[in-house]
Amino acid sequence: MLEVKDLHVNFQTFRGTIEALKNINFSIAEKEVVGIVGESGSGKSITALTILGLLEKNADIASGEITYRGDNLLALSKKEIQTIRGKKIAMVFQEPMTALHPTMKVGEQLSEVIRRHRNVSRKEAKRLMLVALNDVHIHQPEYVAKQYPFELSGGMRQRIVIALAMAAPPDLLIADEPTTALDVTIQHEILQLMKELNEKKGTSILFITHDLGVVSQICNRTIVMYAGEVIESGETKDVLYTPQHPYTKALIEALPDGKNANVPLKAIQGEVPNLMERPIGCAFASRCSHVMETCKTNPPALAHWQNQHDVACWLERG
Amino acid sequence: MELQPQAESVQAQPVKKSALLYKLKKNKLTMVGAVILGVIILAAVFAPVLTPYNPNMIDAANKFQGPSWSHWFGTDEVGRDIFTRILYGARLSLGLGIVAILIAAGIGLVIGTISGYFGGMIDQAIMRTMDMVLAFPTLILAMALAAALGPSIQNAMIAIALVKIPVYVRLARSETLSLRESLFVKSAQTFGIRPFRIIRKHIMPNSVSPVIIQGTLDVGDAILLIATLGFLGLGAQPPAPEWGAMISIGWKYLLDFWWYPTFPCLFLFLSAGALNLIGDGVRDVLDPRSSR
Ligand SMILES: Nc1ncnc2c1ncn2[C@@H]1O[C@H](COP(=O)(O)OP(=O)(O)OP(=O)(O)O)[C@@H](O)[C@H]1O
Ligand SMILES: [Mg+2]
Repeated sequence: MLEVKDLHVNFQTFRGTIEALKNINFSIAEKEVVGIVGESGSGKSITALTILGLLEKNADIASGEITYRGDNLLALSKKEIQTIRGKKIAMVFQEPMTALHPTMKVGEQLSEVIRRHRNVSRKEAKRLMLVALNDVHIHQPEYVAKQYPFELSGGMRQRIVIALAMAAPPDLLIADEPTTALDVTIQHEILQLMKELNEKKGTSILFITHDLGVVSQICNRTIVMYAGEVIESGETKDVLYTPQHPYTKALIEALPDGKNANVPLKAIQGEVPNLMERPIGCAFASRCSHVMETCKTNPPALAHWQNQHDVACWLERG
Repeated sequence: MELQPQAESVQAQPVKKSALLYKLKKNKLTMVGAVILGVIILAAVFAPVLTPYNPNMIDAANKFQGPSWSHWFGTDEVGRDIFTRILYGARLSLGLGIVAILIAAGIGLVIGTISGYFGGMIDQAIMRTMDMVLAFPTLILAMALAAALGPSIQNAMIAIALVKIPVYVRLARSETLSLRESLFVKSAQTFGIRPFRIIRKHIMPNSVSPVIIQGTLDVGDAILLIATLGFLGLGAQPPAPEWGAMISIGWKYLLDFWWYPTFPCLFLFLSAGALNLIGDGVRDVLDPRSSR
């Protein structure tokens, strides 16, 4: 349904050009939940914003193609992309605290979006609004609709934001760390809710997170990003149980497991490379415990390893 | 448990109207300003009840009478009651001052928001024009405009509205620039809301409060400008009981008949001062960035 091909995005800053995304390739099928994981700064949000045409003015899409049902989104005019946003592809941001209009009642905000996407009367929009609140498991929709965002808890707000994003309903929902700012129990409820919306309404989800635990709960497929590149991708179970890239392995080892919670986390040594001066070879080489001579000079491309499982590492090429 | 309303929040909150009034009332200086302005407005509204005279009634037999029980503020060179003229003049000065600022703030808010939201060429063109206007001293430009439009009190008001527009354009624009980058506007965009609706429903309601603050502060200034134009003969024309026009004629008689220019001056001073006090109070309440 959505396919990202050879995407390169640079940022022009007064200190130089930042290569934020380099050669990104992935696709999302109908009704699929795809996870993108990676450290802070690996380019996850930029990928999402590029899809929706919401990059800042200093961004430069150097090359690539994003096809959605046969249309190249990058070639659409501002007007055309607006008809896609919200209606076909919607997005939920990390911060439920500030993603809502601060001085408009949440019910009005939801009705506004419903009226934008469905040709209905004010009265019908209100009814649909209450249904939509119910769909995201808000138990007193009439009451909550009359609240201002600041009167609601973080979890409630995130439900409202999800209801807003699902108003059309869209074919694809991009969720950029939708649960990071919430506490664990509410995080779990929101994940359940998204899974349910995916199953009931058939909306595909692109789920951005840095939490592998979250990925294992809801994603069919997982994409691992590092320094603006996809370094591994495949079925979630394959990526998590038989990780091939040393970076993915390190991420999984760094996870706290229930059994020995007192053991300090194994942080990955070293730092993410400066995106202004990318190393010529593999971007992970300086931190990799299996680094070889070739890694320092030749960047490995993402290559097929086995059943739908791709990896960008020289080790796996033998 | 989730349904419990939470009190704490980092976001701007819609302040309840009663809370706003309460805060305004706590500020003593604001209250002083409000009382002074309230008395002047009431006196202007009830002028026909408060004085038996007509502001333009000539009574040559009683010219240049000093203050007395029958003429509280004395009479002028053709025997008109100065107190009466001041009350009727308040209708002109306050009314036109407020209308001028409403026009300027309204137009400025719309232009500034559009300019800030779309940026690019539109923004450049608008802001360079505003810079040009701002490069002239307000009074000089208002005088030039009033003279070009032809001296009358309506034209004075229009001139003042025009010269005040750039201030509001700048304010609304800078507010819009920061709101445009805010997450709730970005998410409204991802939900597919159209640009003009975002401007109208999402940005303007949140960029209006600095404009209101500036507006309240500016009404006093506008009243002074109207009086100045009247004084210079570019605004209200005789025999209109406009304060500036009265002072303009009256100041020639200051040494012999002190009351003639003094009382209109006093009222001009009181209203402009009261409006500034109110403006400061409104700013303290509405603007979270100013110190409390
Ligand atoms: N407007 C911009 N100008 C310059 N650089 C930018 C801009 N926006 C993002 N970047 C850079 O692009 C890189 C990728 O950012 P991105 O927001 O996609 O990271 P992320 O993976 O979403 O991280 P996080 O987990 O912290 O959200 C970062 O190094 C960031 O500094
Ligand atoms: Mg991010």
